[in-house]
Amino acid sequence: MPAMRVAVSFAGVLKRFGAFTALDGVSLDIGEGEFFGLLGPNGAGKTTLISCLAGLARVDQGSIAVLGHDVVRDYRTARRLLGIVPQELVFDPFFTVRETLRIQSAYFGLRRNDDWIDEILHNLDLTDKADSNMRRLSGGMKRRVLVAQALVHRPPVIVLDEPTAGVDVELRQGLWRFIRRLNQDGHTIILTTHYLEEAETLCQRIALMKRGRILALDSTANLLARFSGHALVLQLAEGQCLPEALRSCCRAVRGREVELALERLDALEGVLAILRQAGVTVADLRLQPPDLEDVFMRIVGVAEATP
Amino acid sequence: MNIGGSGFAALFYKELLRFWRVAFQTVAAPVLTALLYLLIFSHVLEADRQVYGVPYTSFLVPGLVMMAVLQNAFANSSSSLIQSKVTGSILFVLLPPISYAAFFWAFVAAAAIRGLVVGLGVWLVTLPFVPVAPLQPWWVLLFALLGGAILGALGVIAGIWADKFDQLAAFQNFLVLPLTMLSGVFYSIHSLPTFWQAVSHYNPVFYMIDGFRHGFFGISDVAPEQSLAVVAACFAGLALLTLALLKRGWKLRT
Ligand SMILES: Nc1ncnc2c1ncn2[C@@H]1O[C@H](COP(=O)(O)OP(=O)(O)OP(=O)(O)O)[C@@H](O)[C@H]1O
Ligand SMILES: [Mg+2]
Repeated sequence: MPAMRVAVSFAGVLKRFGAFTALDGVSLDIGEGEFFGLLGPNGAGKTTLISCLAGLARVDQGSIAVLGHDVVRDYRTARRLLGIVPQELVFDPFFTVRETLRIQSAYFGLRRNDDWIDEILHNLDLTDKADSNMRRLSGGMKRRVLVAQALVHRPPVIVLDEPTAGVDVELRQGLWRFIRRLNQDGHTIILTTHYLEEAETLCQRIALMKRGRILALDSTANLLARFSGHALVLQLAEGQCLPEALRSCCRAVRGREVELALERLDALEGVLAILRQAGVTVADLRLQPPDLEDVFMRIVGVAEATP
Repeated sequence: MNIGGSGFAALFYKELLRFWRVAFQTVAAPVLTALLYLLIFSHVLEADRQVYGVPYTSFLVPGLVMMAVLQNAFANSSSSLIQSKVTGSILFVLLPPISYAAFFWAFVAAAAIRGLVVGLGVWLVTLPFVPVAPLQPWWVLLFALLGGAILGALGVIAGIWADKFDQLAAFQNFLVLPLTMLSGVFYSIHSLPTFWQAVSHYNPVFYMIDGFRHGFFGISDVAPEQSLAVVAACFAGLALLTLALLKRGWKLRT
């Protein structure tokens, strides 16, 4: 990303809780306008990294800046530029949805914000709940209010920590439509999620974290190509077996079904040639596109084996 | 200290709205309790008992009013903070660019207002039973405000310190309650043995109540100017401490 300004920069971020190291030297630049995915298993340190960014936790070493503003020295500006959707489902039981959003606007110095509040409510399908008390909302609705709260001050950088947990399919799609539109309007989006297909379709670039470190950082397309590639699934005819030459790229065998890894799509020619030479009859054949879950399991699994 | 545009107004308004939404618990209940105190005390004590030359029941009213001011100011900031910490909604004030000074003043001002509202309520409901009006209302207002602010600041510290509701209750029962009860709410310290009179002079709440009562009767155990100096110094010290803790993010930012 050559001409891009840096929206969020983590430089050597180290965070300890007592003797436990939650972030072990994280360095990462996220460009302005990116749709960025932060993935990793439970306890990887994603929320901790976001907390350090938001000023909820203080780093022990390193520094973090939002659009060039240090989150400690220049905390007021940095926080104005950030909209955070927290992972925990929290709400203030004293107020209605609209009051909650008005109060949140006022914290950012916005007195008259009703037009934008109405637009957010509409986009998150909350309009008819605007005057309900927070206590009376369902879990999914409360989560949508959290999204709304993060957006009241139109922050250029929006961080969503598992925003779709507990949100139904229809609304999840509505939420993504809205977030995508904000991204197209120039907002930088940072997303953590455990729904990998969500990350795969939405994020341009992905960091994979585990045990407080970044294990992989690349564009989604490169990650998929590097660590997953296509899979060729063959249904062998009765009594046939896989030629010796193809054993090395065999990923799985399920009865007569054999799954072969293809580093690149043009390796397909070679595989078919070997099958033909060996005289193996293939009953059926299909090609599976690369899959982020596969990438995830490989990278995270490798890290497991080498502590 | 720059307060304007720093989130003070919004947070102050939110804190007022919070207790006003549940005014039955936060205002009506303490007013009723104070009225019960007055009725019971005036029933069990002889009618001709006097303090400073005023009937005991009249002497009692400013003490009850001030006790309500102090306890409710403490309750407001401390319970608001512990509640939002336990539920996690404290996030909503930690994420925006609210300065730590604005945070402090918003909680303290809202606590003092809650104290004043309840205090006013107590005075109004006792009026038909024991009519007492302040001779010097400015002293009354000044000590009520300062006293409310001090207990409000103490409530900020307690609310941030406590991780659970029972820790907060301990703070209230073992510190706030003894300090207010033993400050001369129910008696003039001149009626105490000399040793306990001397001890009382180390209790800042004694000066708050003594100065406050001076506003009603024009008589007090110590001069109101002296009480004002002690109370103001107390507030300044507590404010500096609280601001320093907030600036460090003590227990709020890990
Ligand atoms: N306040 C804290 N005190 C002590 N340890 C903590 C604290 N917060 C987080 N941790 C630890 O730091 C590690 C990282 O936690 P974190 O919440 O950042 O993980 P995560 O990647 O967000 O996981 P998840 O996908 O489950 O949300 C965990 O081992 C967690 O137990
Ligand atoms: Mg998390």
